Amino acid sequence: MKFDSPATTNPIDRLKVVGKPIDRIDGKLKTTGTAPYAYERNDVAPNAAYGYILGASIAKGRITSLDVSAAKRAPGVIAVVTYQNAGKLAKAKAHTARLLAGPEVQHFDQAVAIVVAETFEQARDASRRIKVRYAATKGAYDLAVAIKTAQKPAPNPDAGADKPDTAVGDFAGAFAKASVQLDETYTTPDQCHAMMEPHATTAAWEGDKLTVWTSNQMIAWAVRDLTETLLIPKENVRVISPYIGGGFGSKLWIRADALAAILGARAAGRPVKVALARTQIFNNTTHRPATIQRIRIGCGPDGRIAAIGHESWSGDLPGGGPETAANQTRLLYAGENRMTAHRLAVLDLPEGNAMRAPGEAPGLMALEIAMDELAEKLKIDPVELRIRNDVQYDPEAGPKRPFSHRDLIGCLRTGAQRFGWDKRSATPGRVRDGRWLVGLGMAAAFRNNISMTSAARVGIDRKGVVTVATDMTDIGTGSYTVIAQTAAEMMGVDVEKVVVLLGDSSFPASSGSGGQWGGNSASSGVYAACVKLREALARKAGFDPATAVFDDGKIRSGNKSATLAELAGDAGLSAEDTIEFEGLDKAYAQSTFGAHFVEAGVDAQTGEIRVRRMGGAFAAGRILNPKSARSQVIGAMTMGVGAALMEEAVVDKRYGCFINHDMAGYEVPVHADIPHQDVVFLDEVDDKSSPLKAKGVGELGICGVGAAVANAVYNACGVRVREYPITLDKILAGWAKV
Amino acid sequence: MDEDFIPVSRRGILAGGVATATIATAPASAQDSPQDRPPPSATTRLKVNGRTMTLTVDTRTTLLDALREHAHLTGAKKGCDHGQCGACTVLVAGRRINSCLTLAAMHDGDEITTIEGLGRPDDLHPLQAAFVAHDSYQCGYCTPGQICSAAGMLAELKAGVPSHVSADLDDPRATADEVRERMSGNICRCGAYSNIIEAISEVGGIKA
Repeated sequence: MKFDSPATTNPIDRLKVVGKPIDRIDGKLKTTGTAPYAYERNDVAPNAAYGYILGASIAKGRITSLDVSAAKRAPGVIAVVTYQNAGKLAKAKAHTARLLAGPEVQHFDQAVAIVVAETFEQARDASRRIKVRYAATKGAYDLAVAIKTAQKPAPNPDAGADKPDTAVGDFAGAFAKASVQLDETYTTPDQCHAMMEPHATTAAWEGDKLTVWTSNQMIAWAVRDLTETLLIPKENVRVISPYIGGGFGSKLWIRADALAAILGARAAGRPVKVALARTQIFNNTTHRPATIQRIRIGCGPDGRIAAIGHESWSGDLPGGGPETAANQTRLLYAGENRMTAHRLAVLDLPEGNAMRAPGEAPGLMALEIAMDELAEKLKIDPVELRIRNDVQYDPEAGPKRPFSHRDLIGCLRTGAQRFGWDKRSATPGRVRDGRWLVGLGMAAAFRNNISMTSAARVGIDRKGVVTVATDMTDIGTGSYTVIAQTAAEMMGVDVEKVVVLLGDSSFPASSGSGGQWGGNSASSGVYAACVKLREALARKAGFDPATAVFDDGKIRSGNKSATLAELAGDAGLSAEDTIEFEGLDKAYAQSTFGAHFVEAGVDAQTGEIRVRRMGGAFAAGRILNPKSARSQVIGAMTMGVGAALMEEAVVDKRYGCFINHDMAGYEVPVHADIPHQDVVFLDEVDDKSSPLKAKGVGELGICGVGAAVANAVYNACGVRVREYPITLDKILAGWAKV
Repeated sequence: MDEDFIPVSRRGILAGGVATATIATAPASAQDSPQDRPPPSATTRLKVNGRTMTLTVDTRTTLLDALREHAHLTGAKKGCDHGQCGACTVLVAGRRINSCLTLAAMHDGDEITTIEGLGRPDDLHPLQAAFVAHDSYQCGYCTPGQICSAAGMLAELKAGVPSHVSADLDDPRATADEVRERMSGNICRCGAYSNIIEAISEVGGIKA
């Protein structure tokens, strides 16, 4: 099915199941510990041996010698695999660095060897008996230094970086003439996904056929990248990933755990499972790259933006890409004269790549502080400043490219009203609650809506049970549940009558989970397959497919009806289709919107920061399941608090690694850091986005929230911190200057 | 005595030689260095979820790995293996413990409750049901640890054990802030905290 014109009324609009806050259908498995994750597949690989990875202890250079003899002699060891005996491997195009080092080492903790042993303890112990000698070469690890040689990156539309530079009107001239100018530089640090389940894979070979049970967000990409890496035909690879313990972008592509398990299994002649140790994840896998961002905004006293410029510098390994932190500035606010630019430096740190809302998350951390600073200069309320600069079309393209649906103003007003924004004092440091200085801050949320081709197969059996099969993944997003709701609505059955099978490359290829495209795209693929199945059932009943009504397990036409179970018969019926999005994303700017509000307390003596209240209003088209969608948003808000106040993968500039590479050193929010969160969705549908009229919501919540925290901290204590994370030492240093 | 005897696994034999003594090491061959000898194993009797099981495992095996890899109770999760995330939380004699930070051999005779012992999909524990109703999870990987931790935490609160945020150390109040403080060893990167507090508060009779 092509989706190339706006959706009209369809069976989803009945909203008997879709749009209802039903409990997740996988909830009972997850809460009882019975959902099997990738390292727990005793059901399918009961005799799996244990693999353990040895990572490189230099960031850049070459392996000059490898002595695995002691490891091979160690108790329980079955095999040791390094580049010397791994066989021919290639780098998949999607990977910047290779998954197995040797002889060249491209980053710290790049996998050097895999030890396979009878037990985990033996494999871990033996990995430490491998003697590796390196010839280290000098690398670039400091972004602030490397930006001096930063280059304009090549356009990469697949990574949301279609244009590294944009320019409309005369930015420089208009900025110079503006009576009110803001010109500030902000920095965001390297950040890590830190999902709870480490990357893990169980791999088994049967002859040439490879089966991989892994924790992966994008099954079709995993097959593609394994095919490219192992130089084997696609039909010999099967990837299975029904439960994923969080991804946030870190599991978009297969990582070293998968290759290690696969090579280990080949060498050992039996299934092997490998999980990255938590301490390996930070340097072995990918991270969100640090940015340095300069923002210039010029306007008149009325606050209407005349010139807006956003430049962002980031670094990556050779062949990598930029963090597209300036991208949202192309679309969020009005202004006739505008420019954005990305520059990319070469850094020999681990591979930088997508983390939840790549681009927008760090970009809005900067832009939305800048807007707060501008509001203060103008003495205009920050909510009002954003309302004045709303724009209903793509400001680079002009009115010929309107937004499909944009209600940022509704989010701002609704959120402000619910939060009690009118009680804010515009002057910082005026509110005191015991030892706490208390402030309010806000920020706009913006994330583009991306649609991806997605296929599904839907069948019905003689008991009237509808089974959906697609390689879509559920990384905690609620895919199982919204897909079941979609199929139930389309086929006119209860959600309990729907079985959803996900995460298997033998099923039709879906959008996968990433870029907040999964929920809308994958359920649209299910919609398309259901339309075909409805047609098949109607034909079998002798009804007109266009007018037949599916309800209560039956198909009806006029006063005639038949049960779906009877029509399916013993053989059952099934249909498969693919949703393909064409044209509407070009004709219309498609984005999701929101407004964050935060109350922060700053200890008047110590500078300790606590988030006391959080709330927000969001607009993302039709909300398919308000319960799971709210969870996506509060979770993203929580991650945004981490980004604002604590998360920083600290670069050891001597050795080129992230030094705080565990969950004690890389701090993320815990229960005590997060108050109750008030989230409301605006009631809206977007007929240009998909047949479901929904948009993505999984990443919107992290967009802008960090700046809302920063602005609340400023409002509380009067110290403007432009270098994330905002920690008490920076507050104390700011007070010392006053 | 009612007991399910888990036979010594092939791994156990390869790792530890004969599993009859509490500590057993296989004899080393003349050429081997001490490092090449199989590591010692230990036989440990655990009462897990009401069932007695005897495991003979490498002495380096954590309680978490004994449960996951040897007893095949994979409900307790390995998130960090360093006691930093709480995903491995189980109850030992009713008290919460990071099972990755303790060795199986240290728990001979102990009563252990894992998430599988709290409830089953067709017979949920009240905390499990409340987590489903309040959508107190997303990816589900920290969830068993959160629920085991909550069960232990509510018992601690009931027993009057104070915390860092208790205003009165002799009489801690059951408040949402107490729950947040006491649950802070259980990280949820999906960020379901707001919903987890609501689920625990409902079961614990705490005003959220």
